[in-house]
Amino acid sequence: MSALLRIALLSAWNRRLTLGLTVLAIALAVALLLGVERSRVAARTSFAQSVSGTDLILGARTSPVQLMLYSVFRIGGATHDIGWDSYEAIARHPDVAWSIPLALGDSHRGFPVVGTNAAYFEHFRYGRERKLALAQGRPFAGLFETVLGAEVARRLGYRLGDRITLSHGSGAPNLAEHDDKPFTVVGILAPTGTPVDHSLHVSLEAITAIHLDWQGGAPIPGVRIAAAHVEKFDLRPKTLTAALIGLKQRAAVFKVQRDINRYADEPLLAALPGVALDELWRVVALVEQVLLGISALVVAVGLAGLVAVILASLGERRRELAVLRSVGAGPRHILALLALEGGGVTLAGIGLGLVGLELLAWLAGPLLEARLGLTLALQGVTLAELQRLAAVAATGMAASLLPAALAYRRALGDGLTPRL
Amino acid sequence: MSAALAVRLTDLRFRWQAGAPCCLDIPSLAIAAGERVFIYGASGSGKSTLLGLLAGVHRPEAGYVEILGQDLGQLSGSGRDRFRVDHIGFIFQQFNLIPYLPVLDNVLLPCRFSRRRLAEARRDGKSEQAEARRLLEALGLEGQLLAQPAHRLSVGQQQRVAAARALIGRPELIIADEPTSALDADRQDDFLDLLLEECAAQASPLLFVSHDHRLASHFTRELSLAALNRASLP
Ligand SMILES: Nc1ncnc2c1ncn2[C@@H]1O[C@H](COP(=O)(O)OP(=O)(O)OP(=O)(O)O)[C@@H](O)[C@H]1O
Ligand SMILES: [Mg+2]
Repeated sequence: MSALLRIALLSAWNRRLTLGLTVLAIALAVALLLGVERSRVAARTSFAQSVSGTDLILGARTSPVQLMLYSVFRIGGATHDIGWDSYEAIARHPDVAWSIPLALGDSHRGFPVVGTNAAYFEHFRYGRERKLALAQGRPFAGLFETVLGAEVARRLGYRLGDRITLSHGSGAPNLAEHDDKPFTVVGILAPTGTPVDHSLHVSLEAITAIHLDWQGGAPIPGVRIAAAHVEKFDLRPKTLTAALIGLKQRAAVFKVQRDINRYADEPLLAALPGVALDELWRVVALVEQVLLGISALVVAVGLAGLVAVILASLGERRRELAVLRSVGAGPRHILALLALEGGGVTLAGIGLGLVGLELLAWLAGPLLEARLGLTLALQGVTLAELQRLAAVAATGMAASLLPAALAYRRALGDGLTPRL
Repeated sequence: MSAALAVRLTDLRFRWQAGAPCCLDIPSLAIAAGERVFIYGASGSGKSTLLGLLAGVHRPEAGYVEILGQDLGQLSGSGRDRFRVDHIGFIFQQFNLIPYLPVLDNVLLPCRFSRRRLAEARRDGKSEQAEARRLLEALGLEGQLLAQPAHRLSVGQQQRVAAARALIGRPELIIADEPTSALDADRQDDFLDLLLEECAAQASPLLFVSHDHRLASHFTRELSLAALNRASLP
């Protein structure tokens, strides 16, 4: 058998270029197949982690998915605010343990600004019951103080004591600037892998203060209220974008949700984050299916390439296989030879694909984590992946046996006469 | 008795394709064990085809082929492959070496697929590699050359490798299809000496096709294919 292995190796080495390209094609296909699935899982985990500690999301009446997207993930904007009085009434609900008010709508160089209060640092939970931690500094206390998410500080290179100005609205630069009221960085949060990393946090009063001389999204002409004078005004917030709510007992969640949705003074919505996420995934599922389908097709193309290469090489190897037969190699030898090659190429492709994927996760992982909050950590192969890889390997083996069968059905004399 | 015969043919007919004219039509041919037969005939007359039929490379359209007491018609394709490697040393006109395998590996191929040939090659207590080296050396191939892949060899060198491959493991019947066509006079003599010596040591019958009639004196019998073959070829 070792002699056969030697022949297989020497023969493969003799055709290393085509075989190498086939290995590469299979590697790319495998990397894509697993990569798509891993990013899908990573996206789901990262989304689920961001809302893990919240029982209900309170906001103006809209769709639960939309409410969750703008309040937790800061994707899109709120169409309506809710009244501060309504929020306070809900916060006093006997089943509510804590609540975090959120006032959104401003930004700093593309990063969203969150107006909130001390409850944010105390009650916000992400991942597995994890609390926010400050890497440096302290929570905001004064009016024009801000606490930065880890990514904001890292990407913009801010340090404690830096002074920054906020822009009205989110997104594009050259928005109207609140440049007359700069903020001082007093704290920087530790990384969480959630949208918190991409946010700047200020007090609710600060949000009111920078909008004192504004109306309808633009400064009121001729009215300038200097930063030093804002303290004279009533800075208590009048409206709010949303609030995150934690309950004393999870069991009460549907009761509280019903109470909020029936709130008489204002149309309110209480969304269950888990349900909203499921709804979101149902929407996204189609896209995921398409992606998965595409990657399956790519794998099929890779394997078809393998069969094509083996079949093409069969013409090339017609003589070689006939010579082996003429010196006594039986069907099982020829079969073993081709299966060895097909299996080797498939396994090499799978191995290379896995290594490539891990390498990519290692190289591009930090970037993805920073940009998208996706954690594509180096990971072992999961059972589901193993099943897919086994399917790829089995197909590759089967594909390589087809030429083996063909090789033996040819007449020996046919292969022994060189074709001119 | 057929057991004493190395080759027995009756009413053999062969054509290359259905509808093509008959290539071979041989009423009978018998070669006894220990005979050394020189076969000659015009180019394209069917000498290689006949040898291929005797070695089970081709299947006859009709007729009976018996080699060393074995009816080839009874064997399957892979059965004939196994029978050939176990019992016949065949030097193909086209050599049929595996181009990427080193010379030594090419010579050892029959030992890899036939236990019988391996056991015979090791008979004097040597390794099969030593036996391969002995044969190659007798044919003037040694040293660095043995590690070279076959496609780096000259045509004459390739022919000698093919000869060594046919002789290793002392097959009971040796069939050589123009084995000296690419050799110079000295090499031809070396080769013939070795071939006849090996056959004599084993009392193996030898079928030898050649255009070079001067070699005929080394053989016990001369066969003209034209006289044997009833099929008239253009
Ligand atoms: N692979 C093949 N397919 C079809 N016809 C073939 C094939 N090989 C040989 N023939 C035909 O069979 C006839 C005999 O060929 P063969 O090779 O046996 O001749 P030969 O006597 O060995 O000639 P040479 O002395 O040139 O080697 C030729 O006329 C040729 O046309
Ligand atoms: Mg010929």
